[in-house]
Amino acid sequence: MNNVTRSTRRRPAALAVAFMAATLGLPVMAQDKVLNIYSARHYPTDESLYGDFTKATGIRINRVDSDDAGIVARLKAEGAASPADVILLVDAARLWRAESDGLFQPIQSRLLEESIPANLRATAAGGGVTWVGLSTRARIVVYDKSKFQRSDLDSYEKLADPKFKGQLCIRSGSHPYNLSLFGAMTEHLGADATEAWLKGLVANMARAPKGGDTDQIKGVASGECGVAVTNTYYLARMMRSSNAADRAATERLGIVFPNQSTWGTHVNVAGGAVARYARHHESAVKFLEYLASPAAQNHFANGNNEWPVAKGVTLDNPALKAMTGGSFKSELIPISAVGKNQVRVQQMLDRVGFK
Amino acid sequence: MPLRQIPLLLIALIIALPILAVVASWFGWSPEASATLASMAHTVLPEYAWTSVLLCVPVALGVISMGSVSALLVTAFDFPGRRWLEWALLLPMAMPAYVVAYAYTDFLQFSGPLQTSLRDAFGWRGALWPDVRSVWGAALVLSVCLYPYVYLLTRAALVDRAPRLMEAARLLGASLPRRIVRVSLPLARPAIAAGTLLALMETLADVGVTGYFGVQTFATGVYKAWLVLDDHVAAAQLASCLLAVVIPVLLLEHAAQSRLRFATRRSAASVADSQPLRVSGVRGWLAFGLCGMPLLLGFVLPLALLANALFQARADIALVWPRFGAWVLNSLQLGGITAVLVVALALPLAAALRGRPPWLTTQAVRLTGLGYAVPGVVIVVGLLLPVGAIQQRWPGAGAGYWLTATVLGVVWAYVVRFTAVALQTLQSGYTRIPAQLDESARLLGVTGLNLVRRVHAPLLSRSILVALLLVFVDVMKELPATLMLRPFNMDTLAVMAYQLARDERLGEAAVPSLALVVVGLIPVLLLARTLRRG
Repeated sequence: MNNVTRSTRRRPAALAVAFMAATLGLPVMAQDKVLNIYSARHYPTDESLYGDFTKATGIRINRVDSDDAGIVARLKAEGAASPADVILLVDAARLWRAESDGLFQPIQSRLLEESIPANLRATAAGGGVTWVGLSTRARIVVYDKSKFQRSDLDSYEKLADPKFKGQLCIRSGSHPYNLSLFGAMTEHLGADATEAWLKGLVANMARAPKGGDTDQIKGVASGECGVAVTNTYYLARMMRSSNAADRAATERLGIVFPNQSTWGTHVNVAGGAVARYARHHESAVKFLEYLASPAAQNHFANGNNEWPVAKGVTLDNPALKAMTGGSFKSELIPISAVGKNQVRVQQMLDRVGFK
Repeated sequence: MPLRQIPLLLIALIIALPILAVVASWFGWSPEASATLASMAHTVLPEYAWTSVLLCVPVALGVISMGSVSALLVTAFDFPGRRWLEWALLLPMAMPAYVVAYAYTDFLQFSGPLQTSLRDAFGWRGALWPDVRSVWGAALVLSVCLYPYVYLLTRAALVDRAPRLMEAARLLGASLPRRIVRVSLPLARPAIAAGTLLALMETLADVGVTGYFGVQTFATGVYKAWLVLDDHVAAAQLASCLLAVVIPVLLLEHAAQSRLRFATRRSAASVADSQPLRVSGVRGWLAFGLCGMPLLLGFVLPLALLANALFQARADIALVWPRFGAWVLNSLQLGGITAVLVVALALPLAAALRGRPPWLTTQAVRLTGLGYAVPGVVIVVGLLLPVGAIQQRWPGAGAGYWLTATVLGVVWAYVVRFTAVALQTLQSGYTRIPAQLDESARLLGVTGLNLVRRVHAPLLSRSILVALLLVFVDVMKELPATLMLRPFNMDTLAVMAYQLARDERLGEAAVPSLALVVVGLIPVLLLARTLRRG
């Protein structure tokens, strides 16, 4: 091969290397006043939360937003080379799984232990907190007021009642919100009864599961279905929408927090932890403490329609208040139980044909 | 084996590594994975597989009819609107299929504005038409988004030769149907096959549209095995089943194509001599309608619906506007880097295939073309598994860091996924260069890379540009790998559209979606210009 060819071959390679060096040389690990976050929170309103932290502490935040499963897989592959300091996930079962996969490290923080209730955080065997819940959403039932009564639907079990045949709208069973609810049901009812219950849900469906929770709410509002299961987060957002049609739609709905007279309404937890190989340990703890502070908790409640979890933070959200009339009884079961049931629940869903 | 093959094999190996990792999952046989598979096989897998078939058949019919009919019409006939339809037919390429799915669902569903207002206005009750979120809806959306592959390749195959040969056949007294069946179709067949294959590979790997529509395909099974059942081995094993379907089809296509090569030297004079057949009146409008339909369904309508959704939600938009420029820039940057890299890698591979290489090289190059049929998530698994293993074995090397803290990982995943697009385009271009040219060049002492650079590249310049632009557009629309592998602070338009849609803010998701379409129009219009000049 002659010289001309060689030099032309080398040129693009050299250019590519130079380009890569320019775009890739991210000084992610070098700086001190920096915090690297992997977040499964997908709420545009959170932006101000991060901004306020940087303003208060001078710590710059680098962030990757992805989904829970993606973050967990990524952390596993990165191993000890992972640049992540803080992990934020929006599903309790995933928090549990990441913890049992050893992706978190226990931290010492009196502030977190004092402000977050014990059932919403995990404690390491050797002491210290492995992860903390930061906000919750309840999984509730909405129904068409012109067709049904509140007493028809005051428990999750009643959703399988044959009188709702052709009435139920619910999103895919494999979505984390439903997997979590069904995992909790398995804990309360046992596996056989839960599978029979799921079979009842499938028999009652108005249509095959599709879309998100908002679609299920709109399904009831438009008369496509009589009953739907939804997360409070989406319902509250519709109630507070500046779109008059959305607000009007929610007025047709009856809202029930199921199982108030038994074990309480199922809540799902969004939370955070310090990554096992975090390099900015101190900043990471500071950030979690910040998220448990009244200011951040208020942001979750008012800005993002979630329930705050820190003790002493009062709820200041008109939609959430209107739904519950103040407060409600939430289910108290160990999150690990819900997490452990996930695979089993999916296999039940596959057996009963719950898409 | 000649030493010259080694760099080629290395390139192929780098591209094929995640695919090999997926196939190698069968060696990591574990009782858990086989239990997972057995349980799925007893319950859902047969239905998933059947749904994939039910989806692929109408998509194949859809892309073939829309893509090849419109390509034939714009090359062989002259009718009102032909000049702009010729390039406008490419516009749906700028629309990510999942965005089209959002747009149609939002508007057409039971609780959407159209049905609601019709029910209110006329007092009708119940569902006014079948739910768009179904297998047929997914087939329609995928067809209108993917037909441009068939159109593009078929048009390229016909444009140089069809008018002249059709004219010759006409002068010899052949009827129009006979001319189409006996002249155009054989000319177009390799291109139609290649385009359809790309569309079907994309369909098999799709989880954006099908996931949103609740249509459970084989790819859904792969997702569930990994994300819900937490079993990446089972997921990889399922994914390799997808490959087992695609490989024989690819082989069949190669076999069919090798018998159908029509190389001609283009001469401007001869093309100018023959004019497309002019059709007017009802037949002209019919031709216009046939070409306009896919454009309407795949571009105009979804764009209008998105704009409407955006207008409805305008008061609630909580986007972080100062970041908007960065999202656009990141999309462009990733698209640009990848396009150049993919074409630079695919060119020597395509050239190697032309030169009757040793068996091993042929197979290695074919392996690189498989990534397109693999769901993006599986490619991510295929990358994360070996890198994770390397990271564990040599913690000091920081392999895990390089993969995700820089753009290396995400670009690598793109290369794996989109080499097929470039390879198909370049190979299709190569079929039009007569083999005698290579022989003449060799006699003059021009061989190897010099042959590619000095003889092929100038003749292939149009194919190279087309490949660059196709990869560019595809990368901008890509989701799973971008979502999971991108470095810090590197949100793209596609990621933002997905995040907002995941948060069920469709009106707001319309903003980055529209921006994605607008930015995607740049390469598509360049592509169209390339076509017009050709």
